[in-house]
Amino acid sequence: MSQPNMNILKVAMPKGRIYKQASKLFREAGLPIPSDFDDTRKLVIELPEMDMEFIMAKPVDVPTYVEYGVADIGIVGKDVLMEENKDVFELLDLGIAKCRMSVIGLPDWTPSINPRVATKYPNVASQYFREQGQQVEVIKLNGSIELAPLIGLADRIVDMVETGQTLRENGLVEMETIFGITSRLIANRVSYRMKNAKIQSLCDLLQAAITVKQG
Amino acid sequence: MSKPKVFEKPIGVKDYLPHAVSRLRHIEGRVLACMSAWGYEQIMTPTIEYYDTVGVASSTSDQKLFKLLNNRGTTLVLRSDMTTPIARVASSLLKEAEHPLRLSYHSNIFRAIEEEAGREAEFFQTGVELIGDASAEADAEVVALAIASLQAAGVGRFKIAIGHVGFLNGLLEETLNGQPEIQEELKSCLLRRDYVGYREQLRQLQLGTELERGLEGILRLRGGQEICDQALELSSNETAKASIRHLCEIWDVLNAYDVCEHVLIDLTMIGDFSYYTGMTFEGYAAELGFPVASGGRYDNLLSQFGRPAPATGFALKTTRILDLIRTGQGEEKKRILIGYDAQSREGALLAAKRYREQGDVVVTERVENWDNWAPGASGAPLPVTYKGNSYSAVVPFQSSRIKGGTV
Repeated sequence: MSQPNMNILKVAMPKGRIYKQASKLFREAGLPIPSDFDDTRKLVIELPEMDMEFIMAKPVDVPTYVEYGVADIGIVGKDVLMEENKDVFELLDLGIAKCRMSVIGLPDWTPSINPRVATKYPNVASQYFREQGQQVEVIKLNGSIELAPLIGLADRIVDMVETGQTLRENGLVEMETIFGITSRLIANRVSYRMKNAKIQSLCDLLQAAITVKQG
Repeated sequence: MSKPKVFEKPIGVKDYLPHAVSRLRHIEGRVLACMSAWGYEQIMTPTIEYYDTVGVASSTSDQKLFKLLNNRGTTLVLRSDMTTPIARVASSLLKEAEHPLRLSYHSNIFRAIEEEAGREAEFFQTGVELIGDASAEADAEVVALAIASLQAAGVGRFKIAIGHVGFLNGLLEETLNGQPEIQEELKSCLLRRDYVGYREQLRQLQLGTELERGLEGILRLRGGQEICDQALELSSNETAKASIRHLCEIWDVLNAYDVCEHVLIDLTMIGDFSYYTGMTFEGYAAELGFPVASGGRYDNLLSQFGRPAPATGFALKTTRILDLIRTGQGEEKKRILIGYDAQSREGALLAAKRYREQGDVVVTERVENWDNWAPGASGAPLPVTYKGNSYSAVVPFQSSRIKGGTV
């Protein structure tokens, strides 16, 4: 194992939708992240002027990188945190990538004897229905969850809803909201203590920018 | 489940090959020697215990205990820590022993169903328990010994974060008097390290700006001794104040040990409330994503075995330190290869005995055909690698050559 540079903060960044909003927030917080990285295919981006290094990860993997400490901190949606249940510090609600986790079904849904729920979030879904006292069979799918009720694989789905556009176009309705989702700043257990000053000052900068944004 | 392949082993357990074992033994030996130098005597307890005694009393949650049945149908557990068996021994076999008791251990520990990363079903812990002393001096001794042990193990850069469960208990009791459920909820947020959830809860409570800011402020109470002064101003609750004073005293003692550079006070550093009763701490190494040590004061455990006594201690996660320490695996011994034939056997084995008595490592091999014995080829550069091992000396006991000569 090489001696890691203790001054570099390794940040696991979610590729795609959240990255653009996160890098915008970083810039608003006074952290000069060049915008030409927004569409990059590089996996590791060095930002020596800020003593940072971005690790571009698939969003659901961000908590794993942080839990193992290969990234000191990370940015990830609350949906992933709820599903993955990793042992990390959840430091800050960044207020970006706002959406919600909901139960969705066809408008004429009636309880069936053997209810089936399709979802990308099997842990979230089964915990929610357990807490509601409902017994359901949870089916894990990896994408196009909205298909499931349309073709009869499941009678309801649990999925993230941002604008509701996809649901409306497919004739589905949001039945219940499970929890609200925003992106969070998370930190590794050891990094949070070993690099506390750096992480805390980043938190403060981001918090100030968030407060300005939210008025 | 399908039948396992012949070489498969249960999930979460490991084989340790010679190079790993030599490193583990090296770390273990140095750490135990360090503990012994502080007056801690090593103890061993059984691998299996009763579920109803040690199993129930341990801080390990029920689903993480390895349970099995004995031939009478009684539920047994594989030990999930060493603290609880030691508490049992301290309350029974060592009932008459004078306090304080200073005990150390190096042992394998078992935990079932560990979802979290980097956890194993069987791993090694090296630790101490100091039983029968409630003072800040005792807490500081344990922290200072944890620091000395990490150094003995060869961990370079590390930090110890110290907290106190009493501070948060007192502060919440004062600010949210008569609302135990909300107190629990807030504590559980901190225990889950969910600071966002903690702040959200606070906002929902509508406690008023000042109180909210105070309770939010504890998330930042982290640093040196100055933190104690800040914390004292936050609460007028007697439990909270007493806890902080206790922490201040620990800090003073650690200062006298001259180890404060490794220590930071972190009042959000709270262990399991149902188990820890006072100071708690965790050790972090720079190169590792998981804590390498944890400990604290557990004054209620021994009363579960009928002999109440204050106690404090810590455990190093030796298996994790193993990932960290790549060098320094004991001093390299001289390895000698001796070849012999039927006539020279007696002399060769006698020579091997002598070398071994000197502390060298000797491997002997019977040679059928000296012409084909590669290590014996004259002029071969040393060290010689032969059948996967490296030798710094090769001694051929060729009977026709030595003709009764001595080594």
